[in-house]
Amino acid sequence: MMTYLLRRLAYAVPILLGVNLLTFSLFFMVNTPDDMARMHLGVKHVTQPAIEAWKVQHGYAQPLFYNAREPGWRAWRDTLFFNQSVHMFALDFGESDDGRNIGEALRARAGPSLSIALPTFVLGLWVNIGLALMLVWARASWLDRFGVTATVVLMSVSSLFYIIAGQYWVAHLWRLVPISGFVPGADSWHFVLLPIVVSVMAGVGNGTRWYRSIFLEEIGKDYVRTARAKGLNESHVLFRHVLQNGLIPILTGAVAVLPLLFMGSLLTESFFGIPGLGSYVIDAIQAQDFAVVRAMVFIGSVLYLIGLWLTDLAYSWADPRVRFS
Amino acid sequence: MGWQPVILWADGLIWLTVAAVGLLFWRGADGFRAGWQHLWRKPVAMAAGLVLLCYVGIGLLDSLHFRLRLPAQAGMSAQYSVEVNSVLDVLIAHLNAYPEQTYSAPLAKHLFVKMPTILPDGHLALTYPDLTLYQAQKLGHDEQRARGRGQEKIRLGLRGVLVGVLLAAAMTLLFAGWQAYREGMPLRDLLRTALQGKHPLPWRTGWATLTVLCVLGAMMAEWSTVYHVLGTDKIGQDVLYQSMKGVRTGLMMGTLTTLVTLPLAVGLGIAAGYFGGWVDDVIQYIYTTLNSIPGVLLIVAAVLLMQGFIETHPALFDSAASRADFRLLFLCGILGVTSWTSLCRVLRGETFKLREQDYVLAARTLGVSDWRIMGRHVLPNLLHLILISMVMDFSGFVLAEAVLSYLGVGVDPAMASWGNMINAARLELSREPVVWWPLASAFGWMFVLVLSANLFADSLREAFDPLGRRR
Amino acid sequence: MSESLLQVSELRITIDKVRVVDGISFAVAPCQTFVLLGESGSGKSMTALAIMRLLPESARYQAGDIRLHGQDLLGLPESAMRSVRGGTVGMIFQEPMTSLNPVLTLGEQLEESLSLHRGLHGRALHEAAADLLQSVGIADAAQRLRDYPFQISGGMKQRVMIAISLAGNPALLIADEPTTALDVTVQAQVLELLRKVQRERGMGMLLITHDLAVAAYMADQVGVMYAGELVEMAPRAAFFKQAQHPYSQKLFAALPAQPDQVLKAIAGSVPALDSVFEGCRFAGRCDEVQAICRSVAPVWQDLGNGHQVRCHAVSSPFQIKSGPALTLSRSAQPVLSVHHKQALLTVRDAQVYFDLRSSTLFGKRRQLKAVDGVDLDLFPGETLALVGESGCGKTTLGKSLVQLQPLTAGRIELDGVALGGKLRRVLQAQRAAIQMVFQDPFASLNPRMRIHALLEEGMVALGVEPDAPRRQILLEQLMTQVGMSKQVLNRYPHEFSGGQRQRIAIARALAVQPRLLVCDEPTSALDVSVQAQIVNLLRELQTSMGLSLLFITHNLPLARHLAQRMAVMYLGRIVEQGDSAAIAASPAHPYSQALLQSVPTLTTHALVSLRGEPASASHPPTGCHFHPRCPRAEAVCQVIYPAIRTLQDGRQVACYFPIDPVAA
Repeated sequence: MMTYLLRRLAYAVPILLGVNLLTFSLFFMVNTPDDMARMHLGVKHVTQPAIEAWKVQHGYAQPLFYNAREPGWRAWRDTLFFNQSVHMFALDFGESDDGRNIGEALRARAGPSLSIALPTFVLGLWVNIGLALMLVWARASWLDRFGVTATVVLMSVSSLFYIIAGQYWVAHLWRLVPISGFVPGADSWHFVLLPIVVSVMAGVGNGTRWYRSIFLEEIGKDYVRTARAKGLNESHVLFRHVLQNGLIPILTGAVAVLPLLFMGSLLTESFFGIPGLGSYVIDAIQAQDFAVVRAMVFIGSVLYLIGLWLTDLAYSWADPRVRFS
Repeated sequence: MGWQPVILWADGLIWLTVAAVGLLFWRGADGFRAGWQHLWRKPVAMAAGLVLLCYVGIGLLDSLHFRLRLPAQAGMSAQYSVEVNSVLDVLIAHLNAYPEQTYSAPLAKHLFVKMPTILPDGHLALTYPDLTLYQAQKLGHDEQRARGRGQEKIRLGLRGVLVGVLLAAAMTLLFAGWQAYREGMPLRDLLRTALQGKHPLPWRTGWATLTVLCVLGAMMAEWSTVYHVLGTDKIGQDVLYQSMKGVRTGLMMGTLTTLVTLPLAVGLGIAAGYFGGWVDDVIQYIYTTLNSIPGVLLIVAAVLLMQGFIETHPALFDSAASRADFRLLFLCGILGVTSWTSLCRVLRGETFKLREQDYVLAARTLGVSDWRIMGRHVLPNLLHLILISMVMDFSGFVLAEAVLSYLGVGVDPAMASWGNMINAARLELSREPVVWWPLASAFGWMFVLVLSANLFADSLREAFDPLGRRR
Repeated sequence: MSESLLQVSELRITIDKVRVVDGISFAVAPCQTFVLLGESGSGKSMTALAIMRLLPESARYQAGDIRLHGQDLLGLPESAMRSVRGGTVGMIFQEPMTSLNPVLTLGEQLEESLSLHRGLHGRALHEAAADLLQSVGIADAAQRLRDYPFQISGGMKQRVMIAISLAGNPALLIADEPTTALDVTVQAQVLELLRKVQRERGMGMLLITHDLAVAAYMADQVGVMYAGELVEMAPRAAFFKQAQHPYSQKLFAALPAQPDQVLKAIAGSVPALDSVFEGCRFAGRCDEVQAICRSVAPVWQDLGNGHQVRCHAVSSPFQIKSGPALTLSRSAQPVLSVHHKQALLTVRDAQVYFDLRSSTLFGKRRQLKAVDGVDLDLFPGETLALVGESGCGKTTLGKSLVQLQPLTAGRIELDGVALGGKLRRVLQAQRAAIQMVFQDPFASLNPRMRIHALLEEGMVALGVEPDAPRRQILLEQLMTQVGMSKQVLNRYPHEFSGGQRQRIAIARALAVQPRLLVCDEPTSALDVSVQAQIVNLLRELQTSMGLSLLFITHNLPLARHLAQRMAVMYLGRIVEQGDSAAIAASPAHPYSQALLQSVPTLTTHALVSLRGEPASASHPPTGCHFHPRCPRAEAVCQVIYPAIRTLQDGRQVACYFPIDPVAA
C-alpha cells in the first residue's frame, strides 16, 4: 500500500516537468523577453539597448534553451529555461512587475482566500449531500421531481447572477452585511458571510444533482435488496448501506479539490473585494503581470497534483477493497 | 442595391456544423434513429428543443454576413462598405435605428434621467426628455396623449397575442399535416389523437411551447415599432437589439468550443482505450498535465498573449468584424483545449470496456483492421455518450463566456455578447433608482438558452443512455 | 389447506402493463421444499420478490393474496412486513458476488440481522454471529467476521448469504437460483448445505431454479412456470416419473441424456407477456396442439395424488407419446479412424502467463499462469470438449487458438504450420481456418450494425469472397444453413432472441469458411430449450460441413453428449484426456470424478461434493494443483506435479493414483 502511494507521488514529477515546459513556452517563447520589455517600456520609440538593459535588470537576459556561448553542459545550464525552472521548483517565484516579492504576497493572501473557500467547501458538501439524500429518500414522488427540476434551474443560472443578486438584495437593499471589503481577524465573519452563502448557492444545483445520481445508482444495486430482505427499515438502508457506499466517490472527489481551495475564487474575491489569491490574479491580469500569472499556474498545478495524490490516499482509506489489496 | 457575401471563419464553421449534424440525422447512424425518435416523445425534450431551435434560428440569421455595395462612382470598380452586416441586422435594424441619449426603462416614454431641456416657453429646466424613438413616430405630442399611452400598449400587446396564437396554430397544423402524410393517416384522426394526448409525440406540449414563443415574439415585434421593449442602456442602445445580437456569440461559444474538444477527446480517448500500452500512457500524461493547470489561468494567459499579438499585427485584420471573429475563434480554441480532458477520460474508459466486448473480439478473429474496428465497432457505440456530453458542455461554455468577459479575457469588447452586457451594467444596481433591465435582459436570455440546453441534455441522456453511466 | 406454511392464491403482477405473473396459486408446506421451475422470463423470480414485497417500484399487485401462517402479507403495514422479511421469511439471491455490501464486514452484515430479529447485543451478538457462520460451514468463523466480502470466494459469499437469511430463524426460506452463478463443484456444496439447514431447522423452502436436475435433487413438490403461469404441479416422484404437460416433457427431452440422440428442442421462444392470450400460452410451440388449445385457456386437470396439469390434451385419455429417438448416423459411429490421420491442430506445451501488478516497488513480478503447459491434438471432423470450472484457463486457451491471446511459450500448429505467421496471406488463411463462437450472444453482435454488415465484414477483411453479388448469395445460403430466413439480413441484432442471435453468431463464424470452430460455452447463456436447438445445429453443421469443433464447457453431460473426445482442465493444466464416453462412464482422475458426481442428475439422491473451491491460478498449490481438494491425495501429491500416464484404453491422466477404470 505504502509503495503504491509512493509510486503515485513519483508520478507527479514528470507531470510537473510538463507543466513547467508548457508554461515556459507560453510565457517566454510566444511572448519573448523582448516583447515583454517593449510592452513595459512602451511599444514605440524604444531602443535595443534599453530592451537589453531591461532584460538584464529583470533577469531575462540569457538565451531561452541553449546558450551557444558557454561550453559543454553550461550551454544548457546558463539559460533562461534552466534558471527559471530551478527557481520554480524551489518555489522561489521572484518579484512581480511592481517589485514586490511574489512568495510573500502568496503567503499573505492565502489566509483571506481560505477564509471563504474552506467554509464554502464544507458547507456546500453538507448542504449538497443533505439535499441529495432528501431527494433520494423521496424518490419518484412530487418532491423528487420538483427537486430535480429545481437543480436544473439552479444550474442554468450564471454564477455572476448569484453574486450580483446577492450583493443587491442582501447587502444593498437589506443592508445585512457590507457589500464588499475585508478585515483580518475575528471580525472578518462579517465580510465573508455573504460570499460564502452566495458561493454555496451557486454550487447547490450541480452538486445536489450529481450526488443524487450517485446515491440512486447505489440504491439500484443488489446489496440494497439484500438489506431490505433482512427487514431493515428504509432509513437504515439509506443511511447505513447506501450512504456509506455513495460517500466513497463523493468524499474522494471532494478531497481532490481540497488543496485547490488555497487558490481562492477569482469571481467571488474580485466582486467582494477580498484580498486573496483570486483577486491577486485578477489584479495581475489587469496589470498584464506575467510573473504572477506564471507563479499561480505553477502553484495551481502543484496543488492539483497534491489533490490527486490525496484522492488515492482517501480511496485506500475509505474503500476496504483498496485498503486490503 | 448590390451586396457581397462575407464568410467569417466562425460563420463558415457554424454552417459546416449545421450541415454535418443535418447529415448525421438525415441518413447516417441507423441505430441512432431509435433513440432520436424516442427523444421527441418526451414533452420536456419537445419544449426545450423548440426553444433551442428558436435561438439557433436567431444565431444562424446572424451568421449570414454581407457587405453592401456603395453607390457606384464613375470609372471605378464596385466598392463595398467596410461595415459588415448580417441578415439579422437587417431584420431588426429598426430596433437600433433611434439611439437614445442614455437609459430608458422598458416600454418607457421618457428617458430615465432628467436632462436639461429648453421648455416651450424658452426656459431651461431639468425634465425627462421624450425618447427620440417616440418623437420619430411622427405623432404629435398632444395626439399621442389623446390616444393614451397605456391604451396603446395594451392594443399592440393584444394584437401581438392574436398574431402569435394564429401563427403557432398555423405552424402546428403544418407539422401535423406533414406527420399525417408520413403516417398515412387522415389529418383529422391525427389531430384527435394528438389533442387527446394519445399520439406518441407530445403535440400538446409542442403546441403550447410554440404558442408561448410566437406570442412573445409577436408582442415584442408589435411593441418594438413604438417602444424600446427592453429599454435602452447607458449609451442609449436598445437592449433587446443587443440581447438578440448576443445570441450568436453565445451559440458560437457553445458550438465552436465543442468542435475543438470533440476531435481531441474522441480521437485521443478511443486511441488510448483501444491500444492501451504506451499510447495510453502518453495520452494519459498529456491530459493529466493539461488538467493540472488551472483552466481559467491558462485561458487568461493565452488570451493576454493573443491580445498582444493582435496589437502588434493590426495589418492581418481588415475589419473590426474579422478582428472580433478571430478573437472569438481563439477564445473557443483555448477554452476547448482546456475542456476536452473529461470527455476523453470517459471515452477512454468506455473504449477499454468495449475493447473486451465479444463483438470486438469477434471482429479481430475475423481479421478486421484496428482502424476499421475503431470506426465501425467502437465509435458507433460511443456516439450516444459523445452526443450527451456535447449538449451538456454546450451550456457550460455559454456560461463561461459571461465569466470570461467579466474577467476581461472574453470576446472582443466591441462584440455584442451577454457577458459584455453584464460587465458593462454590473455597477448599475447601485444607482438610485436602480437600473435593472440591461442586467435582467442579459441574464434572462442566457438563462433560457442554458436551461433549455440542460433540459434537452437530460432528455437526451434518458433516451440514449437509460442506465445513466455518466452524470 | 390449513397445514400450509405459505399460500399464494391467484397472484397477478404487472410491470408497466406487462403481466409478469398472471394468476398463480401454490402452497408451501412446513418442512417441505417447493421448487418453482421455469425458464428466464417465466415470472418465477418476480413471484419470490412478491412474497417479500420487494418488487421493483414500477410493479403493481393486480390481484390475489399471499398468506403466511394464514396471515395476509399483502395487507400488512410496512412496519409489520419488516419483521417478516429476514424474520419469518429469509431470502437468498442468485448473485452472491453483488448481494453483499462491499464496504461492510461480514460480521456487521450478519449482526445487523441478528440484532434486528433476535434483539441480541454485545458479546452475545458476536457469539451468535460466529455460531451462525460456523453452522453454514465456514471455518474460523470468528476470524472471518472481520473480513470484507471481496476477501472471500463466491461459494463462501453464498454461505454467508445463507447465514444472513437464517439469522431470524425463518420458517420459510426463499432461494432464488442460489447456485446458478457458482461452479458445479461449489454448487453441490451449497445444495447440500441448503438441504442440511432445512432438515435441521424444519423450515419450508421455496426454491427457484431453471435446472431440472437441481429440482429433482431438492424438491418435495414441483411447480412448472411458463409465461407467467403455472402449467403443472406435482409431487417430486410423480413429476419425474412422468411429467404430463407437453412443456415439461419438452424440458426433459432437451436434456443431453443420450449421447447419440438429437436433442429435442422446443421450437420458437416464449411469447411476449404484454400480448393478450387466447387459449393456451404454449400452443404456439406445442407439437400436440389441437384446435381447442388456440381458443380456450386450459384449466387445471387433477390427475390424483396432487398431480395437476393445465393442458387440454391431458384431459382426454390420450397419452403423449415420446417420439422415437432420432439417431445421427454419422456421429453414432465412433470416430476411431481419425487418429491415424494427420492432426488438424496440434497444441504443444502452450503457456499463457499474465503479469500481475507487483505489490512492492522493485519486487519480482508475480504471474498468473492461466494456461500452463497444455498439449492437445484435434483431428479433422471431430469434436473435442474442453471441460473445466471457471478460471481454469479454458477460455484463455480458446482465445489463443483464434489468435486473440498470444502464447507466452509453446506452439500451436495448424496443418503443421505454426500460428502467427508473418506473411499476410498465411495469417489471413489461418484466421479464416479457426473461428470462434462466443458465450454471450447478447454481447457478441455489434448492436449498431445490420446482420448483413456483421456477416460480410469478415468475408471482406479475410478476402474470402471479394465479389459483392456472390457474397450476397453466400450469405443467403448461410442463413438457410443456420435455420433462419434471408430477410433477417437487413435487420439489427436487438430484434432477435438469444437463440437466434447465437445462430447469427455461428453464421458469422462460418462465413469465412473455417475448418475449426472454437465454441466457448455457446449455450450457457441460453435457456435449456434453446440450448438444445443450438447443440443440434452445431452437430448438424459438423456433419454436413465436416467441421472440427472445440467445445469449451463446464457442463460434463453436455460435453459427453456432443464430443467424441474430452479434455478436463484444472488450474491451467489438462488432468485427463481421452474418449468422452469412457471418461463420463468411469473417470480416472479424481477431479473428473468430482465434476461428474457433483452435477445432480434426475436420479441422484446424494451428491458427492468436493471440499474447498478451486484455488486461484495466481497462487497454485504446490505439487499436484488438485491435492488440497483431493480425497485420494498422499504425501507425494503435495510435492511434485504428477507426470502424465497413459492408461490401457488410451486415456491420458495426470495423477499418481488414478481411479482404476475397471473398478470404477
